Amino acid sequence: MKALLDGLIQKWGVQSDLLVLLIYGAGMLLFATVVLLLFVAPLAGFTSYFERRIAARMQSRVGPNRVGPQGVLQWIADGLKCLLKEDLIPREADAKLFKIAPYLVFLGMFGTFVVLPFSQWLVIADLNVGVFYLLAVTAFVAVGIILAGWSSNNKWALLGGMRSAAQIVSYEIPSGMALLAVVTTAGTLSTQGIIADQGWLPWQWNVFRTPFLFTAFFVYFTAALAEINRTPFDLPEGESELVAGYNTEYSGMRFALFFLAEWADCYVISAIATLAFWGGWQVPGFVPEPVRPFAQVLVFLGKSFFGVFLTIWIRWTLPRIRVDQMMELCWKYLVPIGFVNLLGTAAWVAFVPRTHPLGQAVGYALFALAVAIGVYFLIRVRYNLRATNAEVSLNPFV
Amino acid sequence: MQAVGEYIGNIKRSATSILDGMAVTFSYLFRPPITTQYPDRTPKPMTDLIPDRYRGFLWVDLDICISCLLCERACPIDCIKIEDAKIDKILVPSALDGKPTPKIKDPTRFDINLYKCMYCALCVEPCPTGAIHFTKEFEGTTTDLSDLHLRLVSPERKAAVLVASEEAAKKEAAKKAAKAAAAPAAAEAPAPEGEAGGEGATEA
Repeated sequence: MKALLDGLIQKWGVQSDLLVLLIYGAGMLLFATVVLLLFVAPLAGFTSYFERRIAARMQSRVGPNRVGPQGVLQWIADGLKCLLKEDLIPREADAKLFKIAPYLVFLGMFGTFVVLPFSQWLVIADLNVGVFYLLAVTAFVAVGIILAGWSSNNKWALLGGMRSAAQIVSYEIPSGMALLAVVTTAGTLSTQGIIADQGWLPWQWNVFRTPFLFTAFFVYFTAALAEINRTPFDLPEGESELVAGYNTEYSGMRFALFFLAEWADCYVISAIATLAFWGGWQVPGFVPEPVRPFAQVLVFLGKSFFGVFLTIWIRWTLPRIRVDQMMELCWKYLVPIGFVNLLGTAAWVAFVPRTHPLGQAVGYALFALAVAIGVYFLIRVRYNLRATNAEVSLNPFV
Repeated sequence: MQAVGEYIGNIKRSATSILDGMAVTFSYLFRPPITTQYPDRTPKPMTDLIPDRYRGFLWVDLDICISCLLCERACPIDCIKIEDAKIDKILVPSALDGKPTPKIKDPTRFDINLYKCMYCALCVEPCPTGAIHFTKEFEGTTTDLSDLHLRLVSPERKAAVLVASEEAAKKEAAKKAAKAAAAPAAAEAPAPEGEAGGEGATEA
């Protein structure tokens, strides 16, 4: 993006520093608003449709299938409905904070797209503090959720907001530790640098590179699920306990913004997992030069949507855990394991050189382990299908 | 040492149980949904999908209704209204066991207020011939509440019943008259006439 603007500045022969800055600013803003908003809103909408259909099939239901072919336009109908709803603000609420809170939550999600790459060339800004920026900007979500809970002047909303604050602050540590292990291996904080450090083959991905990064992936994914308040960590909006948690008093488009942020966050954590652990946009070297940008975007989106599927799948598998269990999981399991991972990775980087055969062998071994787990998993799926004598139907569109 | 074992055991148990749980949910992606897409994408007509003991709208088989008024009296919210006329005694087969049941009255009015009905089945249980029964119909959406006020006896049927009833009354009166003529006592003669006259008044 910067290269394109540089070219324009060269072409127009702009001399003044102020004008150059203005062109940069306007260009970036245009890119952010047009391209990204047109990407993020449909992305969150499609994720909501995807989740509802998968949830339905996991519960032997059909799911939304009336709006458009197979219901793919359901999210547009839902969005329009939310737009047309009355925007209620409770009389006793702190109106200013109440209004601003959804935007902060949205900002925390939207800001991450600045450093999330789609391909080698398609990234808004390849910041040299990319991972640090990611961790920092997602903290906006916590501020927004606490504001929403506090300004609603509703005890359920406040309880939800407080739980969310405790949860996000706790789980930032293990997720930060896990990403730090990746940063230690790659030797850079830049998201593009981390991807460039990996290869396109699975055993060249960070997740299979060392045993420590293998565990770091699980630590990261668990902590990330907790950070975006997904089940099994959806305590801030536990329906059975807190009405709807921090967004109890919200209606109309403000309510929709919270959910837009939640579903887009699913993509964000999956994209971070992709870039940090799953090899990002790396494509095989034999892909011809002209189609390479498209192949890279496809590979990145494909991996990310596998992550989205994973979050949905976990959500509809596990029940919500208790508050004390949530804190126990974080402080007694994830944080110590995260620290051990970080120390182990540091030792690995210091003592095992890049091209050492041991590193290669560990890569193959861990990939083989993952394949073995996958095979065991498929055997279990087959067992479950046979245990109930159920009719097998491979048609996803019923 | 025991604590360490417990710690690692916890991690192992949660990992394996989550994997197993995910295998269960994943297997459901390969099973067809069991829900029915009512109303327009049902695999069979709705009445075939509904179980036999379903409590839909009430309906009465007027040919076998003996107008005993048991259902009217049983109804806790009085949503059944019956009027009847005496007819010649006939035998009707019961819908319950096929046994012939004597029928001496035929309803001239049988109204069921379906919008009051609470589907308690208290009218269905005492019916001696099984004439009043639940159907599998349940789609009662309407723009006018009076559409749900069932008037089961059509005016044509009512007229036919009244004609039959009058004929029966005449036959009865003739029989009684013949009996009276045959008997030597004259004091009993006015009694059947009075009965017939009284019945004619209620029918009008």
